[in-house]
Amino acid sequence: MSSISRVGTSVLAAAAVGLASASVSADGISGDVVRIGAMVDMSGVYSANGGPGAVVAVEMAIDDFGGEVLGKPIELLSADYQNRVSVAQATARRWFDERDVDMIIESTDSASALALFDLGNDRERITIAAGSATTRMTGDGCSRYGIHYVYDTFALATGTGNAIVQEGNTEWYFITADYAFGHSLEQDTENIVLASGGNVLGKSRHPLGSTDYASYLLQAQASGAQVVGLANAGNDFSTAVEQAHEFGITAGGQILAGMLVFLTDINALGVDVAQGMQFTTGFYWDYDDETRAFSERFYERHGAMPTMIQAGAYSATMHYLQAIEATGTDNADAVMEYLRSNPIEDFFSRNGYLRADGRMVHDMYLAEIKSPAESESTWDMVRIIREIPGDEAFRPLEDGNCQYVNSGS
Amino acid sequence: MMRIALFVALVILAIIAPFFVYPVFLMKVFVFALFASAFNLLLGYAGLLSFGHAAFFGTGSYITAHALKVWGFPFEMGLLAGVVASTALGVLFGLIAVRRLGIYFAMITLALAQMMYFVYLQAPFTGGEDGIQSVPRGTLLGLVDLRSDLNLYYVVLAISLAGIFCIYRIVKSPFGQVLRSIGQNPDRSVSLGYSISTYKLAVYIMSAAFSGLAGALLVVVFQLASLDEVNWHMSGEVVLMTLVGGVGTLLGPIVGAAVIVTLQNYLAEVGQWVLVIQGSIFVIIVLAFRKGIVGELSDPESWLRTTLRRVGMRSPGPGPSARPGEAVDLGQARQPVRSGD
Repeated sequence: MSSISRVGTSVLAAAAVGLASASVSADGISGDVVRIGAMVDMSGVYSANGGPGAVVAVEMAIDDFGGEVLGKPIELLSADYQNRVSVAQATARRWFDERDVDMIIESTDSASALALFDLGNDRERITIAAGSATTRMTGDGCSRYGIHYVYDTFALATGTGNAIVQEGNTEWYFITADYAFGHSLEQDTENIVLASGGNVLGKSRHPLGSTDYASYLLQAQASGAQVVGLANAGNDFSTAVEQAHEFGITAGGQILAGMLVFLTDINALGVDVAQGMQFTTGFYWDYDDETRAFSERFYERHGAMPTMIQAGAYSATMHYLQAIEATGTDNADAVMEYLRSNPIEDFFSRNGYLRADGRMVHDMYLAEIKSPAESESTWDMVRIIREIPGDEAFRPLEDGNCQYVNSGS
Repeated sequence: MMRIALFVALVILAIIAPFFVYPVFLMKVFVFALFASAFNLLLGYAGLLSFGHAAFFGTGSYITAHALKVWGFPFEMGLLAGVVASTALGVLFGLIAVRRLGIYFAMITLALAQMMYFVYLQAPFTGGEDGIQSVPRGTLLGLVDLRSDLNLYYVVLAISLAGIFCIYRIVKSPFGQVLRSIGQNPDRSVSLGYSISTYKLAVYIMSAAFSGLAGALLVVVFQLASLDEVNWHMSGEVVLMTLVGGVGTLLGPIVGAAVIVTLQNYLAEVGQWVLVIQGSIFVIIVLAFRKGIVGELSDPESWLRTTLRRVGMRSPGPGPSARPGEAVDLGQARQPVRSGD
């Protein structure tokens, strides 16, 4: 018994020493290492959009930065959160508490991202959403240390929705993934459609990861809507498009509107199936020399061109590391302060800046999928129709009601 | 004597463990140990394989989360609300389910649990896929701040051990003896004058209540109630925990919970391989430990003990003996009636 209590005391003493040293180095690099955690969907419906490719992107950013910052090593952890809130939250908790992770970047599931933001806010660590879409992350779910980097449902809806409605296609039918992300995307798009005098004739909701869209598609067909809006993503999206093709929806004159389309989805479908579809994106690999330079390097490591999530993950990690170098600390407050007060500009982010609510505002693009005749190579599949300036693409700051905006954090 | 020493050693280990191991992980192990023990009460003793225990676990967690977050209940009342709700659900489901046996019982419980899943998916208070997030942990009796992981650890340890101890007392009571006889030979129990459906209903409700308590504790630990807790995967996981550890043994569900939770926690960083590794480990356990880890270790006739003896090592501890040659598998997971200790 006495030996046990001795062990206990020595552990307590060790813990106390550890705490003391941690507080001393508050303005340097905590724990003499910068740890980044990448939380991605490795094998589920969104694995191609973010997934392993997002981890590769973060790795590339660390390598390009030289593997260390201010003479301290940069470490990367990654985990598969299986699109489950509980796994994401438990892993993040362990990373923050046990592994002393300084920043977590995540790749897809909106519900998990909200949980991460909440935890980051509590633990005073930075969380970056590269792939999640819900606007709640800059609204009621915002965090003092949260950055919503790549895109959101509002930007998708304004970009794609406006473009389609302005061509006179005002009668819509929605096929929606039945959870936070789908609802948010459907709602934002519906607002656009209604605001421009359009009509929503009906909605069908499908569970995440459906394989059979027949009944939803037939209802959409029967509704007589001009536009069938697909408020889903990843495998759900590509399966729905494929089946819509088989049912002759597009051949029958209805327009398929993909509200969230990733490069990898188009690759999976093939341009012959997806041709003519318009969508909004935050990044396209073949946009200019800078994007091509990054994308070709990424292709060498990953075997596919980067999606906007993957490109965004690289860009976000790079800016995070630059902020540490510039401020001389990995302290979350200092890093956020730096990021908020400096422009964010690189191959990915054009005219970018970080807003008080955590929204990284940058230019978005309205794109159209090429026809097989126009497409010159496997990855040559999209034409950029229009650049959407950031302030037009994203929801105005005052509409989000993020609780930390007024307190001047 | 040996048993008491072992028990004391385990308790001391549990008390000093949070200084060495991450307390949140340990709390998760204890919560699932309680959940698996509650499940084992039903499968291991009454011989009822429920495939819908996630409904009670999830109800406990959702109601507790809602009570703590929206109604502003204190910690103890929040737990109580969760337990009351899951017990009530247990009464309702029990009345429907215990009329059937075997696979029909499993299917009915699964169907009822899936029904609850969709209720929680659609009900406005659960937040759908988002779940109920940032649930406050509160304080114990208004004195101990549970926001500290270490404080909460001891509270969770105490509550789950108390729960497991209650289950132990139930199993060792005359009521438990009747349960085992029902599990082994229901017809004979009827002929002896027992109203077996009343006994089954009672144990079903008890199991539901302890499952609800486990769900409620999980919410306090993670400050999150999500659909994972009501999904049928969760029902399957608790079956696995119990099978891996050893059906019908008291220690088995605890060991099984520890094994599965450890796998889930530490394999998350292996990436895509996580499912492959998990699958292989299950295959190995099913092939090598037919009666579960604890079941094999405590059976003197098992290949494990035989091999250990042959190699010349001392076999670990004198365990309870099972009838030689009796095959225990999913369908007939029953223990022979033993008289007390």
